[in-house]
Parts: sequence; structure tokens; C-alpha cells
Amino acid sequence: MDFFLKLKNDFILNFVDDSRWKWLLDGLKNTLIITFFALLMGLAIGIVIAIIRSTFDKNREIYKKRGGLFYCFWWIINAISNLYLTVVRGTPVVVQLLISYFIIFASSRNGTMVAIFAFGLNSGAYVAEIIRGGIMSIDNGQFEAGRSVGFNYVQTMIYIIIPQVFKSILPTLCNEFIVLIKETSVAGYVGIADLTKAGERIRGVTFSAFMPLIAVAVIYLVVVIILTQLVKILERNLRKNER
Amino acid sequence: MKKIISIALALFMIVLGMSVFSSCSKKDNVLVMATNAAFPPYEYVEGNEFVGIDVEIATAIAEKLGMELQIEDVEFGSIIGGVAEGKYDMGMAGLTVTEVRKQSVNFSDTYATGIQVIIVNYGSSINTLDDIFVFDDEGNPTALKNANLKVGVQQDTTGDIYSSDDITNWGFNDIEEDGTVTTDRVVRYKTGAEAVEALKSNKVDMVIIDNEPAKSFVNANDSIHILDGDNEYAVEDYAICVAKGNDELLDKINQALKELKEDGTIDKIVNKYINSGN
Repeated sequence: MDFFLKLKNDFILNFVDDSRWKWLLDGLKNTLIITFFALLMGLAIGIVIAIIRSTFDKNREIYKKRGGLFYCFWWIINAISNLYLTVVRGTPVVVQLLISYFIIFASSRNGTMVAIFAFGLNSGAYVAEIIRGGIMSIDNGQFEAGRSVGFNYVQTMIYIIIPQVFKSILPTLCNEFIVLIKETSVAGYVGIADLTKAGERIRGVTFSAFMPLIAVAVIYLVVVIILTQLVKILERNLRKNER
Repeated sequence: MKKIISIALALFMIVLGMSVFSSCSKKDNVLVMATNAAFPPYEYVEGNEFVGIDVEIATAIAEKLGMELQIEDVEFGSIIGGVAEGKYDMGMAGLTVTEVRKQSVNFSDTYATGIQVIIVNYGSSINTLDDIFVFDDEGNPTALKNANLKVGVQQDTTGDIYSSDDITNWGFNDIEEDGTVTTDRVVRYKTGAEAVEALKSNKVDMVIIDNEPAKSFVNANDSIHILDGDNEYAVEDYAICVAKGNDELLDKINQALKELKEDGTIDKIVNKYINSGN
């Protein structure tokens, strides 16, 4: 009985007093905002980079033959994409966040925007490689089939390749989004009041570790479970035409 | 055969795990002190070692107690919780004695005092405390002059408490009646140094922090200065915290502190760090 009483008191101290649960709610809101926009930005960057890299890879010989400025242009944007991938994947996200906050956007007062930029830029690199992997995994015969029915490269991509790619990369993409949600937990390094930070604040005021940490963990877990279920439903719907 | 190997491996890992854990468990003759070593001149890192007023006083206390001092550098907000749960023997990090903290841990006698001061950029529109606060008749700040001001603090320090708490509300947080915080004027950083870094690039308009670390930061940066003004409303006592119920250690620490005060060791340590530089 004592144990439950203590648990109840702990609960009241950590969440009810001073309306501290609202800190968590506020934190969750910030985490979701950052994740959502970073996800959009990551997808946009990822798609562009993946298309550049796979187009260049698949058409390198043809472009080389055309030569001149055209080839130069593709060679340069492909090199830039490679540089971006190397740098972003080769450095920790916390360091990237701190660089964005204290160096790149030194004059910005909006921490949330900076975090969205940093996490979006980071996620973009991983998404790009996931999508490129998907494109490269499609058999060359599919490209040839598209070309032989009169589609050009762009049309082949849109009508034949991308629908197949999307289906095959969805689980990996979902994985990346889950990672992204949890990665935003380092946003507190630059003073953003995200979910983890809200838990830390409660800890700093109540000096008890159990309740706030478990609460934060459970909230992340629930968010990830919801996201996973949504992706599952999407996957199931996409599979309908296979039956 | 495979099964045997896997069982043997599993056993090996269990033994390895246990030996690792047991070597982590506390030894009798070690005094574990939790601190946040980014708070000069009280505690900071120089080369590979922890130095500062708190560190030297703790070393002297440990010497008196015949124990070996072990310093754990943790986040400021984790110190009191960790001490309360027995993870660390004592916490010493320029800790201010507050009523709320007293509910979780016991404090030793005071060994130093601090004042909360405000650091701003040179050329900022803030030149006196009157540019920031509206004061009541007794000279206590009650509200902000300018609603767009942002303040940087180190999370969970008294600077944070003063600017965030609705009891001693200085107006940085607009807390509505239902408890919602409508603005994010208080930006909480992991260390004071990061808050100062943010101030220098105008992410925040001021940093509220204890006066001695403030002096260290100002000495290291030409572009910032401490606001002049009467800050008497924010004088605070620094003390060592130990877990509730650990009265034996608390008595020993108090006794050691008393002796160190009497023989002038504490004054010597404080003077070494505070008065020599300026």
C-alpha cells in the first residue's frame, strides 16, 4: 500500500503540481513540429539528391558521349551531392545542430527553425541513399521496357520506376522517420523546449528521475507506434494490386 | 556442440557483466562528488583536471575525512536528484540553498555567497536594470519593460528558477491562469558558457547567472559586460548537499568546513580564484 501511495504522490509531484504535464504537452508539440517539417525537408532534399545521383549513374556513358558543358554540369552537381552525403553522414547530428545554431544561423533567434533546418539536412542524406538504393534495385529491363514503348527517361521514371521504388523503400523510409523523431531529442542542446527537455525540466524541479523519464519514454513510444501503424496501413493498401 | 558453446558464451557474458557492475559499485573510502564543471571559478576543467573553488574545498574536506575524492561531472539538473537517490555522496556546484531543494536534500553550512547578475552585449539597448524590469515600491522586479526581451540561462540554476518560476516571476514567462506558458522568453542551455555564446550572437538579449562565473565569462569576452545595478534582491548562499538521512556525512562535512573556515583555508582558496584575477 505504501508503495502505491508513494507512486501516487510521485505522480502528483511530477505531473499535476504546477501543471507540469503541460510542459510535456508543450514539449511534445515542439518535438512533433520539428519532426514534421524536418521530415518534409529531408524528403525534398532526399528526392532531389537521389534523382541526381541515380540519373548520373545510369546515364554516365551517354552523358559522356554528349560531352561538353552538359556533362560538366552533371558531373559537378553529382560531386556536390556526394560531398553533401559524405559530410552529413560523417558527422554526428548533435554537432551539426550546434554548428547550425551557433555558426550558420548565428543571428537567428528562432531556435525551432534552426533545428528543423539541421534535422532536415541530416535526414535528407539518409533519405537520399534510401531512395537511390530503391531506384538502383529496379531491374534494368524495366528501364529498357519503358524506353521500348516510347517513353523517354523522365516518363519511364514517373510511370514505371517510381511506383515500384516507393513500395520497396517504404519500410526503410519508415525506419528513417522513426530515427528522426528520436533524434530530435537532442534539440535541448540549443535551448529548444522539446519533449526530452520538458522531462529534464521536471527532473530539475522535482529532483526525481523515475516519473519524468518513464513518461517521456512512453510518449516517444506511443508516437512511434502510431507512426508504424499508419505506415503498415499504407503498405497494406499498396499491396492490394499484387493479389 | 553449438548449444554448449552458446551456453558457455552466455555464462561468460553474465560473469563479465557482473564483474563490470561490481567494479562500479562504490568503495567505502571514496567520497563521490557530483558537479557540473562548466561554472568558473567554482568548478571548471583545466587541462585534464577539475579545478576551482568547490573542487579545492572538496579536496580539503576529503583530506580531513581521510577519504579519497572522486568527481563526477554531470548535468547541473541531475546533481540534486542523483544525490537524493544516493548515486553520489554529495553535490557541490555553486549550489544555492533554496526551500524547494531543501525538500529533497540536506544542505551543509554555507561556504560562499553569490549574487545573480545580468550580462548583456556592449551596444545593446539595455544599459541599466530599469531598461529591463518594472520595479515595485520595495525595489523588487515584477514585470518586463519590453515584451520581446529574451533571456538565456543555464537550465535548473537559480537564474532559471528566478526567471521561470511564477512565484518569483520576473515577467519572462507569461504564465496564464491555467498554467500555460505563452511565450518562450527563457531559453535554457546546458551550460552557462553556451548561454553566453548565444548572447554574443544576439539569440538572447541577456544572460542571468551567478556573479563570479559572470566575471569569468566577461573577462574572456570583450563584447559583453555585466549590468551595473543594485542586485541585493538576489543574494544567495552556496552549500554542499547530501542525501536526506545521511546525517553522519553531513556532520562530518560541517565539522570539516568549520575547521577549514577557522584556519583560513577557505578564504585562501576563494582569494586564489576570485580576487587575484581582477
